[in-house]
Amino acid sequence: MSEETKVVTSGNAPDSEEYSLNDDRRVKVLTPGALVAKRFFRNRLAIIGLVMLIAMFMFSFVGGIITPYGQAEIFYTYEMMEKEYVGVTRNDAIRYLVAEEQEFPTLAQAQFVLALNTGKTEFSYGDVDYTFTDEGGDLYSIYAGDELRAAAYKDIVNAADGEAQLPFIAKHAALLAYVNGEDAFTADGASYTLDADGNILRGGKEVGYISRFVVQSKENGVVITRDFKERLEEALETDDEDFIYNDPDGTEHTYRITYDASAKVWSVMQETPTYVSVKYGQPSWEHLLGTDGNGMDMLTRLMYGGRVSLIIGFIVVGIETVLGIIMGGVSGYFGGWVDNLIMRIVDVFYCIPSTPIIIILGAAMDSMQVDPQIRMLYLMLLLGFLGWPGVARMVRGQILSLREQEFMTATEACGISVSHRIFKHLIPNVIPQLIVISTMGLGSVILTEATLSFLGLGVKFPFASWGNIISDVNNSFVMTNYWFVWIPAGICLLITVLGFNFVGDGLRDAFDPKMKR
Amino acid sequence: MRNFIIKRVAISVVILLCVTVIIYGLVRAMPGSYVETMAIQLSSLPGAKPYEEWLAQLEADYGLDKPFLVGWFTWIKEFCTGNFGDSWKYTIRVIDKFNDVIGVSFVMGAVSLVLQLIIAIPLGIIAATKQYSKADYAISAGALVGISLPTFFFASLLKLVFAMKLGWFETHGLVGRNFAQLSPSGQFWDMAHHLVLPIVTLVIISIGSLMRYTRTNMLEVLNADYIRTARAKGLSEGRVIYHHAFRNTLIPLVTMVGGSLPGLFSGALITETLFSIPGIGYTSYQAMLAGDIPFTMFYLTFLAVLTLAGNLISDILYAVVDPRVRLA
Repeated sequence: MSEETKVVTSGNAPDSEEYSLNDDRRVKVLTPGALVAKRFFRNRLAIIGLVMLIAMFMFSFVGGIITPYGQAEIFYTYEMMEKEYVGVTRNDAIRYLVAEEQEFPTLAQAQFVLALNTGKTEFSYGDVDYTFTDEGGDLYSIYAGDELRAAAYKDIVNAADGEAQLPFIAKHAALLAYVNGEDAFTADGASYTLDADGNILRGGKEVGYISRFVVQSKENGVVITRDFKERLEEALETDDEDFIYNDPDGTEHTYRITYDASAKVWSVMQETPTYVSVKYGQPSWEHLLGTDGNGMDMLTRLMYGGRVSLIIGFIVVGIETVLGIIMGGVSGYFGGWVDNLIMRIVDVFYCIPSTPIIIILGAAMDSMQVDPQIRMLYLMLLLGFLGWPGVARMVRGQILSLREQEFMTATEACGISVSHRIFKHLIPNVIPQLIVISTMGLGSVILTEATLSFLGLGVKFPFASWGNIISDVNNSFVMTNYWFVWIPAGICLLITVLGFNFVGDGLRDAFDPKMKR
Repeated sequence: MRNFIIKRVAISVVILLCVTVIIYGLVRAMPGSYVETMAIQLSSLPGAKPYEEWLAQLEADYGLDKPFLVGWFTWIKEFCTGNFGDSWKYTIRVIDKFNDVIGVSFVMGAVSLVLQLIIAIPLGIIAATKQYSKADYAISAGALVGISLPTFFFASLLKLVFAMKLGWFETHGLVGRNFAQLSPSGQFWDMAHHLVLPIVTLVIISIGSLMRYTRTNMLEVLNADYIRTARAKGLSEGRVIYHHAFRNTLIPLVTMVGGSLPGLFSGALITETLFSIPGIGYTSYQAMLAGDIPFTMFYLTFLAVLTLAGNLISDILYAVVDPRVRLA
């Protein structure tokens, strides 16, 4: 082991003359650990990797504390959205008014339309014979004998705001007056007047109005006033695109009118401030990387995602290593049938296609609706359980050669117990290789976890993980338009895995005493 | 040699049986399986039997009512006689579906393996011969970047740049919309065009390990005594490297590549899924999500067989190409 006792002369120390030639203080002795460290720090790639890792750890663990936002905090904003305020249709279908305590069923209505279309003025339904008269203006009065049974009409009689519906007789009379251009009528002993706008007044008080337009409110709890309707009708008749309405309080509202020719519906749109989550918000000073599809701060999600990915990586590698050391140590030390058995188990594990198995179990957990937190635990156990054979094989190989060395004979001669011999004397000699294999393993575990989360089978919402952040990319609109949602997560993932691989590679070289530098 | 092969095959069969028991157990224990989903659908039809009755009937139909071990024995017996069952999801025989989709996967795997060999071996040799030079650092770092790249991220980047922004390739699928109207050669080029991005993904993702493997082994050979002797004889550097060193590096390379040949049939599950290439990987992914037990069992067993075959081939090749190795 000439490397490990390598001496470095301190040539230009000013007081070197004071020491005699074989004085121990003339030489600086480096421990094996220091030599490894020295070789490691000479490796440029390893240093880059170390810097990357430190940066990512700071980002994930310190960043998560510093950030003012929570990982599942949703941001809302008021956005001016054009919402449909009212929808207006022009009534082009025949509607029916039926006299009180009379019936005019749908089939009778059909008979009426049939008669109307064939130019007849009478039809029968059931055992009743009906006749009807065309009053003009799409109003028809339907009689059975001399009795007025129903009216078919297209102009609609509405009750005024806060008034009860007019009785049938009054409605019919109003329509009759309206189509004939009269300005007054009497019904049920009351006298009404009808103005040019179609308003029906009784004793100077407005009780209803006639209009061919049906105005429907599209928002809950909004009552459309008569005044508004009138103005709107005027605007519709002049084909205006914009409609300005001053409400009784004097505030001015601007509406935009669109007409859908196929549905024959006018939509009156109003710009209203709406409280919405900031979906895919662009990067800004408030949210440096914008927000994701749920309105959560992307940068904060990335930090917490990093925590999850790193913690999962460490725990899985921990499980792998502990299992691997125990199985490999026992197998290598005892040999014989124990070794054979454990190595066959390792073979079986090597042979199990792990990615499909994890996918299947992930899908199973999906259908069982496992709680996301418990699911994370299962994922770690599963990955650890599938990953130990590699470690076990390496440990066994090392121990097979180590146990033949003299120091092991010495431990046996000293009567040290078996477990002590394995775990105190053999395993420490395997630690360099273990560190290398675990460092590289961390990278690959993080990749596996990210792949699963990307497929939606690993870490689940509300927990962030770099993999499930990137899974937004499945929506090709997000992929092309919102780079800030998925590219930073991918870069974080790449940097972390690359860091572990660089460091692992550097450690492997540093632990190798055959290395030239 | 023959005894070695027989012994290894026998061990492999035992391992395979253990693996099938494990995966059969997992697949059988899966909740939310195809049968349960189907029972839910059937029982929600108007006037249908309740869910429990449908479930019992379907389980009897699909042979799931038998105990686990009996089910496994039935399955393994059928499997050994070459009857792989009918796929539940695809409603055709598993083997027919497999024959339909394996071609694409094999072509993808083979093309990417050839590209990997062409690119990785020369680069690995350059890196080893010029150890610690800038080229070595660049190649080593590049290899590690390739290993560290998440497949799905890299594939998405490729899609964004080459399919969305530049519009050179397609994002999804194996054939274009007008595939049926194309001439045979046109159909070939259409498929080739669709396969470019998936193959690039596969090559970049897996090239790193081959590159590092070549470099490590080349370095080992270059430190050997016979290389010093060759140099001492005054041979040109080119002859030392490409004649003496490279031939010896080929031993581990041939072993590794030989061992990875069966893997060409295993399909690239993630890459195929990302690009919606109807290969064995994507098909199985869908089957797994749907809880299609016959297809999943077939695919998993197939993968296990491929792994075992790969190990066996590489062990045999090791003895064949390296005369120093004696198999016991």
